[in-house]
Amino acid sequence: MSKSKTLKFDTGGAYSPAPESTDHIQLKDRYGLFIDGNFTPSKAGKYFDTINPANEEKISEVPEANTKDVDSAVQAARQAYEKVWSKMKPSERGKYIFRIARLIQERAREFAVIESLDGGKPIRESRDVDIPLAAAHFFYYAGWADKLDFAFPGCRTKSLGVAGQIIPWNFPLLMAAWKIAPALAAGNTVVLKPAETTPLTALKLAEVIREADVPPGVVNIITGGGETGKMLVKHPDVNKVAFTGSTEVGKFIMKTLAGSGKRYTLELGGKAANIIFEDAAINQAVEGIVDAIFFNQGHVCCAGSRLYVQESVAKEVISKLKDRMNTLVIGDPLDKNTDIGAINSRMQLEKICEYVDIGKKEGGSVYQPSCTLPEKGFWYAPTLFADVSQSHRIVQEEIFGPVLAIQTFRTVDEVISKANNTPYGLSGGVWTDKGSKLFKVTKEIRAGVIWANTFNKFDPSSPFGGYKESGMGREGGIDGLHSYVELV
Amino acid sequence: MINYYPRIYPIDQVGAEERVSRLFSRSIKKESKIRALKLALSMIDLTTLEGKDSLGKVRQLCYKAAHLHDQFSNLPQVAAVCVYPNMVDVAKKTLEGSSIKIAAVATAFPSGMTTLEAKLNEVKSVVDAGVDEVDMVMSRGRFLQGDYSYVFDEVAKVKNTCGQAHLKVILETGELVTLDNVRKASDLAMDAGADFIKTSTGKVKPAATPPVVLVMLEAIRDFYKRTGKIVGMKPAGGISTAKLAIQYLVMVRETLGKEWLTPDRFRFGASSLANDILMQIVKQSTGVYQSINYFSID
Repeated sequence: MSKSKTLKFDTGGAYSPAPESTDHIQLKDRYGLFIDGNFTPSKAGKYFDTINPANEEKISEVPEANTKDVDSAVQAARQAYEKVWSKMKPSERGKYIFRIARLIQERAREFAVIESLDGGKPIRESRDVDIPLAAAHFFYYAGWADKLDFAFPGCRTKSLGVAGQIIPWNFPLLMAAWKIAPALAAGNTVVLKPAETTPLTALKLAEVIREADVPPGVVNIITGGGETGKMLVKHPDVNKVAFTGSTEVGKFIMKTLAGSGKRYTLELGGKAANIIFEDAAINQAVEGIVDAIFFNQGHVCCAGSRLYVQESVAKEVISKLKDRMNTLVIGDPLDKNTDIGAINSRMQLEKICEYVDIGKKEGGSVYQPSCTLPEKGFWYAPTLFADVSQSHRIVQEEIFGPVLAIQTFRTVDEVISKANNTPYGLSGGVWTDKGSKLFKVTKEIRAGVIWANTFNKFDPSSPFGGYKESGMGREGGIDGLHSYVELV
Repeated sequence: MINYYPRIYPIDQVGAEERVSRLFSRSIKKESKIRALKLALSMIDLTTLEGKDSLGKVRQLCYKAAHLHDQFSNLPQVAAVCVYPNMVDVAKKTLEGSSIKIAAVATAFPSGMTTLEAKLNEVKSVVDAGVDEVDMVMSRGRFLQGDYSYVFDEVAKVKNTCGQAHLKVILETGELVTLDNVRKASDLAMDAGADFIKTSTGKVKPAATPPVVLVMLEAIRDFYKRTGKIVGMKPAGGISTAKLAIQYLVMVRETLGKEWLTPDRFRFGASSLANDILMQIVKQSTGVYQSINYFSID
């Protein structure tokens, strides 16, 4: 009889602190709304704090835009659209967008540190993923600005007008790039509202836009909460709404815009299936599970939060996954060795706790690695649930945290039907060494993006978006451009 | 002779490389850096394996092994010296009274292209001469032609001949080419009784590469989980900087856990690594880099 042995990790204390320096960043104590090329105070004079979720300390304060502010932002965008941006030679538009991309690259370090300070994500991710990808998006769409007729053969394109854009808190700068870059390339002007908890990199982006000499009013950035967002969506002079966020808000936007003639794209929630077949490269698949669910503390709409493991390898996969979870370093987002940073807000932390409680009550077997969490700030240990089924709420609903629900399966058909048994359809992952199986399974799962033997990979040229309650329209690639033009 | 059927355990090259780059991005500073440097020093198999090796050269190497940098106190010793069979006597004499182990390459190193009988005789001769460790080369030609039972049998017989001496099996991964092969050869060597598995002879390029080392460490982990048996790992060839050595220690730590961070379970086969580590250790304590001329080059 073979004996199973355990490995000892406790990686957390193994490495001396290696914090990224914050000396080089410049932040103001108070920001204004970026309207018509200038930072202006809000008309109501109301401000709210933006805090560092890793220690709950205030970083800065930003205005809460009211109806008048939203109105003047939309007006500025309208003026800039009519008088400047829609009339500009497309190649000139491209030059401005290229300039934004280069400036983001030049200031990448500052952007990365601020992103981690304001949002809680590990510097490793903001430095290696968020900021480089944001620059890449501007580069990619800058190139399309004067080639729109080639993007849609046989058609001419026409810009839409003013785009009202609302972005979430999980990838603040990257989501701003996803929204702004294609809109500008296609000749639209923009009013963008960053999320309430993570406004700072968007405001730094406003500085970059000013530095790039982009004509005033082409990009306007207004801060605020849900109310401000509503005003932007409802504003009569907005031609197109682009929203990334929860399915609940997405449904509200659809209802609000019905019959208004406004265009909209929605990128909403997800509950992706990540499927491990017995013939997969198991050690790499385990790494893929970690990337799928623990990337950015699980605050990822396309996170692989439902894991399906073929029964014959389930024991091995789960045991290796637990070992791997014990090597994850949790703590200071600015430490270069941190794998899992802070939960973005108290509200989100409470939501995660609530779901884990539900999972426990429903009878799932919960596992968390032995790690110590910092006392101040918002933290949650990586968590997995085994012994759950499709009927468990933690399998059905989006948690948006580092919580994985694991089920086993026996046959290909079974796992395809389980993967599709969800109101969502944003993403998925399939792990197998067998090409034919890969093509069969990826073809039959209804999800916008399906990764083969990898997970959570993004590229500006690749369209992203969902089926069913995960949204409509695509961002990225030529499809992303399509969302900002009318074909005539 | 038994029939040996290797398990199919696919490795995804892209995934392995990604894991390596994530492991290698760990930032090891201050206290943990000093600890890692000293640990790496104590894991070195100081090696000379050249056709032009002479008694004098081996004597000098052995003296260096025991006196890494006497100007600096509290330095560990290297784990072992690694030499050709005909140098075992002189190494043993020079290292008399020290705890540094003596390893000899055997089985027609580096190619392994001779008869099983000749190989076993060579192993027997170095074991009789009193080596602590035997570094054998696996028969890559036989492995690549699918003759797994032959290769398994050969390793098992060498292991048997080793007696008390520890057996390191060199896979020569540069000739196996794919990570799938590396995994298969690692499993085979461990199943056949290897105490250590080792990447390379140092004579074939590429020698130890990070993805290869990762795949071998994972094979050791899976073998341990399956059988409870502890196997050691020795990357060799091309590891000449302290930075790379520390990155490998991170890889070991996060793949096999802290219990593998000991010279009993992990070694570096290297000739010039020791001096770079010494330079870094001195720099950590003085704050400035000394000229390489302050470190002896034996």
